[in-house]
Amino acid sequence: MTADRKIGDVLLDVEGVSMTFGGVKALDSVSFDVKEREILAIIGPNGAGKSSMLNCINGFYHPQEGMITFKGVPRHQVRPHEAALQGIARTFQNIALFKGMSTLDNIMTGRNLKMKKNFLWQALYFGPARAEEMEHRAAVENVIDFLEIEAIRKTPVGRLPYGLQKRVELGRALAAEPDLLLLDEPMAGMNLEEKQDMCRFILDVNDEFGTTIVLIEHDMSVVMDISDRVIVLDYGLKIADGSPDEVRANQDVIDAYLGISHD
Amino acid sequence: MTGDTPISGNLDTFPKLLAENARVRGDKPASREKDFGIWLSWTWGQVAEEVRAIACGLAALGVKRGNKVTICGDNRPHLYWSMTAVQALGAIPVPVYQDSVSDEMQYIYEHAEAKFAIVENQEQVDKLLEIRDRTPDLEHIVYKFPRGMRNYDQPFLDLLADIEERGRAFDGENPDFYEDSVAQSTGADIAIMLYTSGTTGRPKGVMLSFDNLVITGRNGVIRENLTEDEDMLAYLPMAWIGDNIFSIAQAYITGFCVSCPESSETVLEDLREIGPTYFFAPPRIYESLLTTVMIRIEDAARIKQRMFHYFMGVARRVGMDILDARPVPFGERLLYWLGNILVYAPLKNVLGLSKVRVAYTAGEAIGPDIFTFYRSLGLNLKQMYASTEASVFITIHPDGDVRPETSGTPAIDVEVKIAADGEVMFRSPGVFRAYYKNEEETNKTKAADGWVHTGDAGFMDDEGHLHIIDRSKDVGKMTDGTMFAPKFIENKLKFFPHIMEAVTFGHNKNYVAAFINIDLESVGNWAERRNLAYMGYPDLAGQELVYKLISECVAQVNADLAADPHLAGSQIKRFLILHKELDADDGELTRTRKVRRTIIAEKYADLIDALYSDKDHCPIEAEVTFEDGRTGTINADLRIWEAPLSDTLVTQAEAAE
Repeated sequence: MTADRKIGDVLLDVEGVSMTFGGVKALDSVSFDVKEREILAIIGPNGAGKSSMLNCINGFYHPQEGMITFKGVPRHQVRPHEAALQGIARTFQNIALFKGMSTLDNIMTGRNLKMKKNFLWQALYFGPARAEEMEHRAAVENVIDFLEIEAIRKTPVGRLPYGLQKRVELGRALAAEPDLLLLDEPMAGMNLEEKQDMCRFILDVNDEFGTTIVLIEHDMSVVMDISDRVIVLDYGLKIADGSPDEVRANQDVIDAYLGISHD
Repeated sequence: MTGDTPISGNLDTFPKLLAENARVRGDKPASREKDFGIWLSWTWGQVAEEVRAIACGLAALGVKRGNKVTICGDNRPHLYWSMTAVQALGAIPVPVYQDSVSDEMQYIYEHAEAKFAIVENQEQVDKLLEIRDRTPDLEHIVYKFPRGMRNYDQPFLDLLADIEERGRAFDGENPDFYEDSVAQSTGADIAIMLYTSGTTGRPKGVMLSFDNLVITGRNGVIRENLTEDEDMLAYLPMAWIGDNIFSIAQAYITGFCVSCPESSETVLEDLREIGPTYFFAPPRIYESLLTTVMIRIEDAARIKQRMFHYFMGVARRVGMDILDARPVPFGERLLYWLGNILVYAPLKNVLGLSKVRVAYTAGEAIGPDIFTFYRSLGLNLKQMYASTEASVFITIHPDGDVRPETSGTPAIDVEVKIAADGEVMFRSPGVFRAYYKNEEETNKTKAADGWVHTGDAGFMDDEGHLHIIDRSKDVGKMTDGTMFAPKFIENKLKFFPHIMEAVTFGHNKNYVAAFINIDLESVGNWAERRNLAYMGYPDLAGQELVYKLISECVAQVNADLAADPHLAGSQIKRFLILHKELDADDGELTRTRKVRRTIIAEKYADLIDALYSDKDHCPIEAEVTFEDGRTGTINADLRIWEAPLSDTLVTQAEAAE
């Protein structure tokens, strides 16, 4: 199905990134790149530094060493909202939605950075702010239609089952119309059917919007099915980088997953 | 046969009626659909343009007079228009149930020799691609929604919008083509072919003419005084005859507007937004609405609960009489008026039923409690007795004389008689032409003089109301000679909100036994209130307390049966709760959710044997079919319980000993 999809130039380049928390080296000089319209999976055992990597990419952590280049622009000390403005959106391992707000409002918050009118205009509501609101609502409805969540448009998110909350969170990330989408364990805690749905949405997002996706996932069958490329982290070190088949055959990866002792 | 009389003014086909509507009320809305959260509407004038474009596009694609064109998908205006467009070309639309699995589709495509398919989306296209090498007649597939179709490059796939574009070009080159084509069809031509699910054997293709649909539709319009101002929500499958009469025939005849829901999951929300005046729902929808109301009331504040129960008491006493315009004391009227302000009107508003003038239910028996609940709220709910072979209407409750236990009096132009063996028979202008390529079944069902066998056992009472008892072939005898009417007993069980489905056995047996499906929503809620933990349906169904709950329901049914000396012998002695819900995908129910007894009896033969032994449990391994056609197995060990019997039987049994 992905036959004629074109993987383009390098979108994100991670060069020798290191990150320590006290004495723990979460990331140890990790380098890799992500190409446009690619689906890249980061895998590795617990504590391997996967989430730290995502946090570095979207500016939540600042690596002590190394350089991250996004769209050809090297960045220093980027903060999360700046990363978001540049076109990076993400979802979280533990769902981070506004539980009391409806699906629609939650996804609308994904548009927040795109709203140009100041809050006085928004409070007035009429005129340009109204036109802007309608434009954003249309974009949100597009996402709702895409993710097939029309039926829960007005339901408070806290009342939804887990699988649907995950979908709403993906919706909020999509509403920002990102160039790079970071997904932190999008299938965690889902049943088989929900996983299949989520896989389909991830592939569709990539296919329809041309969004580049970096995802962390533990379910190997999912990773092998949907990724173009897989990188493997173990104790902060990158131990493999290649197509799913290459990674599957890599002895270091097998060792890491079987738990060879580290001296 | 009366069906052969032509309709006045030559408006005898849907394309002709459409042109008339575009002329008379071109600016009035004809179709609505909610998309991207907004209701879009099309006027009759616009619909006529769209239909013309689709028809011309299909002609350019090669659709010829007499070709079969399948239509498959959720209720979408474009699919409805496609049906009319196909008819405009003199071809025959064959709507197919959108949730059919590939194998069922293959049979219909093969049998109907369908050359073209117009489907909603990728899901339906995928199903057709899967069966394509087994359906050589299928030449071309047209789809409405491009989503996910980007990488499908097969030459026989086309987007509906592209077809319309081609149609407009074709129309420009052949400006007289459309009108000529429409003028060639007459009322006697076949308008649609519907495959009836049938509780036995393969589906049969029921051929209905324009006259069948138009005359029957018009008779229904006259009986209920429908006008062009009605609002209708089209949410039931397009492959079902009712939708063809309500959402197409009657809409085209009167010119009312038909709205399509955003998706099948948003129907209740859409219902509230549209506020239909003319409404149809099968009993299970009324049941689930009522269940939701009751669950929500239990969660409401004490004062609201008391208000609700007090005024529902008032409604039960006098609501039905007020609706049927019978005399009611002034004090009670005043209370009902107050209740309407405080409870009934807000409740109907929440359900989206505020504006309903006529609401129908059919297909299965509706519980008398549910039926009277809605009527006492002032909702004009009526039962009817319907069949595909009759173009829907056989009998309907007349206004002012609605009784829950009957199916009403014959519809306009319909004759009903009871055959010597108790079978209900009818003759009407709506009687189908024939089953497609199945002369044997046609002759078995439809006599030369036009009388049709329904296969249902029933009787007419003194006031001319029809009572339906059961499917004739299902009515059996127990070993002691007691009459055994399975559906009658099952309906009594299903009237309990906790019971979703029931299958009873008893023919040629010495007692009656039952399979029960619990209602996950209702029992789940009940369990939550008791802090009863469960993991999904199979677990909940096996819980001791749930068995106890169901046992109480069965005991009540037994008490009911015991009250009737003819039926006292058919009390339920043993029952079990199935570990999975009966499902149409597994072939256990028809697509209209009727129980297929022979298949269930085969599939669960072990369980039935266990019911008629002294075992108190039985292991079972069942195969389930998922939506994408894959299969899996479920293992369970089911308990079997003895149900409490009511007195009459016990004393009889003692006397016999």
